[in-house]
Amino acid sequence: MTARVGVVTFPGSLDDKDAARAVRLAGAEPVPLWHAEADLKSVDAVILPGGFSYGDYLRCGAIARFAPLMAELVPAARSGALPVLGICNGFQVLTESGLLPGALIRNSSLRFVNREQALRVESTDTAWTGDYEKAQEILLVLKSGEGNYVADEATLDELESRGRVVARYVGGNPNGSRRGIAGLTNEHGNVVGLVPHPEHAVEALTGPSTDGLGFFTSILTRQVSAAPV
Amino acid sequence: MARVVVDVMLKPEILDPQGRAITEACSRLGFEGVDQVRQGKRFEIEVEGEVDEAKLADVRRLAETLLANTVIEDFEVHIPQ
Repeated sequence: MTARVGVVTFPGSLDDKDAARAVRLAGAEPVPLWHAEADLKSVDAVILPGGFSYGDYLRCGAIARFAPLMAELVPAARSGALPVLGICNGFQVLTESGLLPGALIRNSSLRFVNREQALRVESTDTAWTGDYEKAQEILLVLKSGEGNYVADEATLDELESRGRVVARYVGGNPNGSRRGIAGLTNEHGNVVGLVPHPEHAVEALTGPSTDGLGFFTSILTRQVSAAPV
Repeated sequence: MARVVVDVMLKPEILDPQGRAITEACSRLGFEGVDQVRQGKRFEIEVEGEVDEAKLADVRRLAETLLANTVIEDFEVHIPQ
């Protein structure tokens, strides 16, 4: 059976269509989820897409985290049961909701960064990165004004020692993120937040590479291996 | 109606890129002796009736739930004179 991957649309989401398309290209079925409906529609995994939910008012992701759908999503994600990938604004929603530690603040340059960005995959022990090789370098799209990851030193040390840094920037730090962190996972490895956009790197025609596809195929591989025989 | 104010500031250890840009603009404009500017937010909240301890407690709860992200920000609740 094809995996059903939910893609949440908040007011101001921008990349929900691209995320759904990436899910389809990976061979899964995208399921649109609406922020105002507290119904996960029995999906196997959820993507919180990039964009500017609620116009980034107050803080990025701060209002979206209280959407009715999030009240269903947060406990399922926290328990380790539901794989969730937050991309860019989706990552901000994950930190605001406490599913991932730390916060994302204004880029140290104060400029919106929009470019192709090399990353190193640091952890393949997550629901979303199992199809990559450890230390593999991939090329994705970075487009964010508030992608600067911050956390206190104790939290950063804990993340490093537990292998919870999922990806790091290669070739310079584009936004001032502590320790060059571009992506993180939670203690169970089911929740991943990523600042750059894998959904924009799934086809040669529209992206700088097809390196992003691995995030979307990983969830299928995981589901197949977890299925009862 | 009464007013309660919540001030939200980035924690001292969190770099404030906006404040830094303002600090740089100060010296460009000739405002000498400005060592550092940090930028915060002020929320003015109108509440029904008198402000009592219970209402202040509600506003504090609102501040830590929504108005401030306590991972990176501190807040202060006060009643303007």
